[in-house]
Formats: sequence, C-alpha cells, structure tokens
Amino acid sequence: MSAAPTAEYSPVSSQPNLPTRRQGFGHVMLAEWTKIRSVRSTAWTLFLFVVITIGLTALFSWVSAANWNGLHAASRDARILTDPVGFIFGAGIGLGQLTICVLGVLVATTEYSSGVIRASLLAVPKRYPMLAAKVAVFGLLVLVLAEIVAFGSFFVGSAILHQHVVVTLSGPGVLRATLGAGLYLTVLGLLAMGVGALIRHTAGGISIIIGVVLILPILTGLLPDQWFYNHLNAYLPQQAGSLIYAVHQSNTQLLSAWEGFGVLCIWAALLLGVAAYLLDRRDA
Amino acid sequence: MPMIEASDLTKRFGDKVAVDHLSFAVQPGRVTGFLGPNGAGKSTTMRLILGLDRPTGGQATIFGKPYAQLSNPLLTVGALLEAKSVHPGRSARNHLLFLAQTQGLPASRVDAVLELVGLGPVSRKRSGAFSLGMSQRLGVAAAMLGDPQVLLLDEPVNGLDPEGVLWIRNLMKQLAAEGRTILVSSHLMNEMAVTADHLIVIGRGKLLADAPTEEVIARGSGQSVRVRTPDADRLIALIRAEGGTAVPATNGNGSNGTAAAPAGSQAAVLTVTGIPAARIGELAASSSIVLHELTPQLASLEDAFLELTAGSLEYGHLDANPADWSSQ
Repeated sequence: MSAAPTAEYSPVSSQPNLPTRRQGFGHVMLAEWTKIRSVRSTAWTLFLFVVITIGLTALFSWVSAANWNGLHAASRDARILTDPVGFIFGAGIGLGQLTICVLGVLVATTEYSSGVIRASLLAVPKRYPMLAAKVAVFGLLVLVLAEIVAFGSFFVGSAILHQHVVVTLSGPGVLRATLGAGLYLTVLGLLAMGVGALIRHTAGGISIIIGVVLILPILTGLLPDQWFYNHLNAYLPQQAGSLIYAVHQSNTQLLSAWEGFGVLCIWAALLLGVAAYLLDRRDA
Repeated sequence: MPMIEASDLTKRFGDKVAVDHLSFAVQPGRVTGFLGPNGAGKSTTMRLILGLDRPTGGQATIFGKPYAQLSNPLLTVGALLEAKSVHPGRSARNHLLFLAQTQGLPASRVDAVLELVGLGPVSRKRSGAFSLGMSQRLGVAAAMLGDPQVLLLDEPVNGLDPEGVLWIRNLMKQLAAEGRTILVSSHLMNEMAVTADHLIVIGRGKLLADAPTEEVIARGSGQSVRVRTPDADRLIALIRAEGGTAVPATNGNGSNGTAAAPAGSQAAVLTVTGIPAARIGELAASSSIVLHELTPQLASLEDAFLELTAGSLEYGHLDANPADWSSQ
C-alpha cells in the first residue's frame, strides 16, 4: 500500500523559528542511540548474546557437575578445580563473544552498506565527534548488558557447581574476574567496531574479527619456536584480554590480568584511532 | 549574496579529473538547474559542496562557510542525494528522528515533515519496503527537516512516475518562490527547461554555461519550422529559391511530440530552417500550395545543450558521444 500522494506542498516555514539548540555531543549521542535501537540486528544479536552466554555457562556447568565422578580427576582438576571462575566464564564467553563482535562490526559497516553514512555526515559533518558518539553509545550499551550477563553467568554457573566446588564473589579475585568479563566483552566489541569502521564491509569485517578471536590463536600455535609462540600469543587481543576473567595465574603467564586487559584496550584504541583518522581523510 | 559558491573547485580521482576548476555562484529565490551529461561531475560537485568529498583544489562554500563549519547544518542546508542513504530496516520515522536529534529538533518536527510529504500513514514501516516514489518522498522529508534556506537536489525526478515528477517540480518552484536557494541537478534537458530559471551547464567537470534558461535556449540552434504539405517538391523549390533549407522531417523529431503524418496520407513533413513561418505561408499562398501544418519549433534545451557541448568539443574538452547525454 502506498501513501496517498499529497499533490500540493504546504510550506512549513509558517513555523517561523524551529526550536533548536546548537549541536552538541549530547545531541549526537542521542541520535546514535536512536540509530542503534531502531534496527532489528541490535535486538537480535544482543538477545543471542544473553541466551548463548548464560545458556552455555549453564550447560557446561551442568554437564560437568552431572558427570563429576566420571571425569578424569586430572582433567577435572585442570579444567575446573584450579580456576572454577575462569571455567564458568570461559564456557559461555567463548561463543557469546562472537555475537558482540558481529554487532560491533555491523554498527560500523551498515552505515556504509545502507548509505546512511551520507545522511549521518550531512547532519554531523565533524567526523571525529560522530565516531566518538558511536563508540560511546555502543560501548555503554554493551557494557551494561555484558555486566548483567557476566554476573548472571557467575551466579548460574556457581549455583550449578556448588555441590562440588564453592565459589563466591567475595573470594580472592572473583569480583575482579566477574566485572572483568563484562569489561572484556565491551572492549572486544569496540575492537570489532574498529575493524568494521576500517573495512567498511560487513562480511569482510566479520571474517576478520572472527579470525582474530578464534583462528589467530590456533595459527600462532603452529609456530615452531616456543619462546616466539609464547610472546606472540600473549599479546594477541583475545588471548591477552581474556586473562581478566580468570582468577588463577599460571606461572608461564607473561601478563597479569590487568596487563592483559590493557593490551586488549591498546588494540581497540589503535584500531579505532586509525579508523577515525581514515574516516576524516577519506571521501564518504 | 550568493548562497552557494564554488571557486576553482577541483576533484581528481586518481588521474581522472571529475571536477575541473569549476567556479559558479547560486542565487536565492530561483531554481538553478545543474545540467550535464552522465559522468559530467554533477554529483561529485554536489558532494564537494556538502563536504562529503574532499576537494583536490579550490573550495565550495554555503553562506560563505565550508559545509563542515555550519553549526547545525540541516537547519541551513537540505540535500537529496541520488544515492540511497536510508537503512532499509529502519522506519522512515526513526530515520528522520535521528537526523532531527543531531540538530536538537523535537520529534514533532519529524511528524510535521512526514505529513508534508504524505508519508504519515507508513512512517513506522520499514523503509526498505518503500517504492522508489516513497523513498524519494522520504529523501525530500529529510531535506526539509530543518526548514533550510538552501536545497541541493541530485537528480530528484530520476525514475519517478509523472505524478511524482510533477510533485517535485511544483515543490521546487514553491520553495524558490519562498526565497530559498535551489540547486537541482539533472541530465534531462527538457525537465530543466520547464523547472529551472537559471542554468549551470557542465561537461567533463568544466563549466560550459552559467545563464538564464531562456538565454541558454536562445543561444542554441536557429529556429526551425515544421511544414506538412501534399505538394512538397514545389514548396522545397520555392524555399530554396528564398535561401532557406528544407529537409524531410524524421519521425518523432521535435520535442513537443507532434504526431507524424498519418499512414496513407500523401502529405510530407518538412523541417524548414532559414525562413520564418510567416514567409513560408506567404510563399505557399502565392503558388497556391496547400499546407496542412505550419508550426514554428522552439529550439529545445536539449538542442541548446548539444550545441554547447559540441562547442566545447572544438576546444578538445569533450568526447562527443551523443548517447551519453540524450534524454531518456
């Protein structure tokens, strides 16, 4: 059904002065919020994020708890007992992080695939503030949801495992790991957004970020030199960043939890910085 | 004071020059047509004016400022670009809402422009399902959102049905009558002839003409007269004796769409140049030649345009390929 065409244009300039105020960062953030909430992909990816992350945490914890005595003691010790908190988060975040990565890429690339970037830049011709507002809105949205999911995962996982191993938020490093899980997911999402803003192409961006998160750690494992492997691997964004949601520090670990998270932040800042520079330089 | 001004504007893509030292000014209160064949650099020039592309040289200003320095740009300038710029999954209302929010405009303004363009009933539907005409209306709504004094419209009637064309045409005239500045690009010469008061013609990124529409038309090829007579041979002889030329008219020639001779009719249709219509009538009367039709033909803007671009060919600026600029 098409709209009834109005044959005549009636000027709206009878409204003498439109009520408005000088464009500020708040206006641009509000607009970015409208953008992100008004497409279905946001709701879908975030829904999948919650379901997958908490669901897989529950599933892995339940399978482990149900077969507790059937598990090899050595593998049980290594996988669960040495770091039950790391086990709880690792189970859900492993796959759940990909939904955040996809959303991060989409938020940046759909501007280009749909051509909205032209409308956006006509409305906000100063390009650094436009990207900054996008980063802020996406970052805050993911942070809030990721913290909720992190605490949700923790409580679900620890409740299921509690017959065999007791973990509480007051335990050493546990609160840091739980808050850290949310922070990790947020900064990883921003890294994905940086990739998207650089590549400007959805399929390409998603492929690259999945490669960085899942494939790169496997590829570095093929390197023959152990020292080289250790040092390279430790500074990969996903490997370094994920240290923040583990409690146990292995003695071969090169970086502490916060150092690792810092490395992830540097990766994200670097990519977003280059993306912002190119956004400002390139034709839209 | 000119509202839009380009001075020495140049844009290169690699070694291809899209806009070549272009200088012009667009005045308020009239529709200025921005005319040129496909690939002449019209869209690129508009993107340079709007700050979407970075000029290689020169500059474009609106109210004396580069676009990026306008503080609430949509309140000053509205643009309808040829390329789509709406997310297909977003509703028309949400698209306009985010644009309004960047300017500090209230949501009520969004509803006002949606009503203005007749999209009120479908404003909450996914814009990806819109027809071309509806998308164009949404584009106009976005351009009018800030009630701007300056409007840039890139090929606004492309692909629209006659009703849509008429709507855009009246809209532009009305907005110009309100004192606004309208720059509208097109490769359709006849569309510009009925819409634009003033023309800026470019070819290969270079300025070919910047003059009132009538002047551009008048500058074109000389006037011709369409004559239909069953006694063509005698009339041709008389016309030649007077120093005019007469050639059989090709079917469908003439932009006013006059029907060709009906089948079976013995009358031939001639296109006569060099002699005014009145004199042809006198010649025919003096020799008792029957005339079925005697119509002076105004040179169309298209003819004028071909003339202009052919002129630039003499200076080696343009590859003449009429297929590029024939009206569709």
